[in-house]
Amino acid sequence: MTIDELKKISQQVRRDVIRMISNAGSGHPGGSLGCADFLTTLYFKFMRIKPENFKMDGYGEDVFILSNGHISAAWYSVLARRGYFSIKELSTFRKINSRLQGHPSPSENLPGVRIATGSLGQGLSVAIGIALAKKLKKDPYLTYVLLGDGELQEGQIWEALMFAGAKKVDNLIAIVDYNGLQIDGKTDEVCSLGDLHAKFIAFDWYVLQMNGNDIEDIVKTMNVAIENTGKGKPVIIIMKTIMGYGVDFMMNNHKWHGTPPNLEETQRALQQLPSTLEDF
Amino acid sequence: MNTTVQKKYIVKEKKDTRSGFGCALLDIARKNEKIVALCADLTSSLKMDAFAKEFPERFIQVGIAEANMIGIAAGLATCGFIPFVGSFANFLTGRVYDQIRQVVAYSWKNVKLAASHAGISLGEDGASHQIMEDIALMRALPNMVVLNPCDYNQTYNATIAASQYYGPVYIRFGRPSVPNFTNINQNFVIGKAVTFEEGTDVTIFATGHMVWKALEAWEILKEENISAEVINIHTIKPIDKDSILRSVTKTKCVVVTEEHVINGGLCDAISNILVTHYPIPAEFVAMNDCFGESGKPDELFEKYGLTSTKIAEAAIKVIKRK
Repeated sequence: MTIDELKKISQQVRRDVIRMISNAGSGHPGGSLGCADFLTTLYFKFMRIKPENFKMDGYGEDVFILSNGHISAAWYSVLARRGYFSIKELSTFRKINSRLQGHPSPSENLPGVRIATGSLGQGLSVAIGIALAKKLKKDPYLTYVLLGDGELQEGQIWEALMFAGAKKVDNLIAIVDYNGLQIDGKTDEVCSLGDLHAKFIAFDWYVLQMNGNDIEDIVKTMNVAIENTGKGKPVIIIMKTIMGYGVDFMMNNHKWHGTPPNLEETQRALQQLPSTLEDF
Repeated sequence: MNTTVQKKYIVKEKKDTRSGFGCALLDIARKNEKIVALCADLTSSLKMDAFAKEFPERFIQVGIAEANMIGIAAGLATCGFIPFVGSFANFLTGRVYDQIRQVVAYSWKNVKLAASHAGISLGEDGASHQIMEDIALMRALPNMVVLNPCDYNQTYNATIAASQYYGPVYIRFGRPSVPNFTNINQNFVIGKAVTFEEGTDVTIFATGHMVWKALEAWEILKEENISAEVINIHTIKPIDKDSILRSVTKTKCVVVTEEHVINGGLCDAISNILVTHYPIPAEFVAMNDCFGESGKPDELFEKYGLTSTKIAEAAIKVIKRK
């Protein structure tokens, strides 16, 4: 799949995100928009998966865990457009009797979802468990996990980082959505993460950086990340993104972490994101 | 519907319930390669060393990081393994409640929480480690099965039953050596109560270490010409409502005893059934709303009123309230 094709899909994912959250009157547009390029590239370019035949155990395929579950809108859009379920179902997001819960949960049997996330700090541990299971089963596929940067303030993340480094869980690629913002403001002001690169190195991970809003850079860096699996260290990518990327008035504004756009704002946002594929 | 009647119990030995867990874990692991085990630096306390030695690849030493351990177990269960997660009850419930809630119970993962050193009988380490609220916490979680076996043999059988059931299970057991009186070949069925003694004057419902004390109370009462029915509730959730109601409609008064605070555990579970279906007098022999302290298990049982004498007194009192 070409860069242009990926860009086309990720623009539609952004459009889906705005329409889903506006439609529900609730949701998290900022991080969803920021991660649309990465999630699109991951699912359409890199992951070896069987969307039409979803199996919980993920044997014989790559597995992805969304630890920052609040950006579910972007993930659901990518899952639907990759073929896990009908794009029509995106209209049920956050509504009563929907499989598209506010935060992802396997309790609703939505194909693609393997664990309940959204209570932050837990997805990395689960991904480690899946990676260990793959080693036990001699299943040569990879486990990916996306973490928020604010989420790194949770202590469990550092338990998991320590474990994966110490136990050489080298079939695992973690990606940090490093947008520098969280609910209460700038991550540096709420509780600074400090020198993340040095911290990950100290925990014995192989560390990469990329621009998460530049698909070319994502492709290039992901290739390096994958090449470096199986070499005794887990891999982590510090992915610089812009919260709200693609909608000018949402960009770099933490207000849009968890606020839905009103009707006027929705229209303005959608004007900036013309449809590239069929709308749901 | 049918409660197993086990009239004869002969105590040949005292054994700790946690060893029943460790022995069963090894036995089921030999038959089922999906069994894996995780521990947070308490391998020998949990009696998981034999498993770790025989199946080093299937044993995951997590270090002192219980939250991470729960997540890893959920990941392994996602991929079809049956993880047994071992720690002290204190660190396997309250400390990681949200982890259990999100990635085990809500996510419906086939994870078995093996909780040792539960209750006041943990002894000298004191109240910091003596969790008396764990049943309440686990019982409140949707999807969670809660087992509290009474001796070594029953813990052995409960562990096997947990491995054969698909879904989250909390198995609670203890540290001290206690009478081992149930049959090693008992038919342990999750959710089915076991009647040890049939009686007509009062029903004593007991769980965990208090079951043996309830049987001692039965003997005390027998000398007073009181006919007590003693029922072992090893599964606190789902609770055996049918057996409970069948017994209380006969005896018409109840004593409930557990090594747990009076709030939220077996006392509340049975009270709920009684007030909803068959309101009759009940008395409770459990830990009051307080923390424990350091001491020998028997000293602590005595000081905090968890004794056969207290159970017998409660029975006499509740019969008068009929």
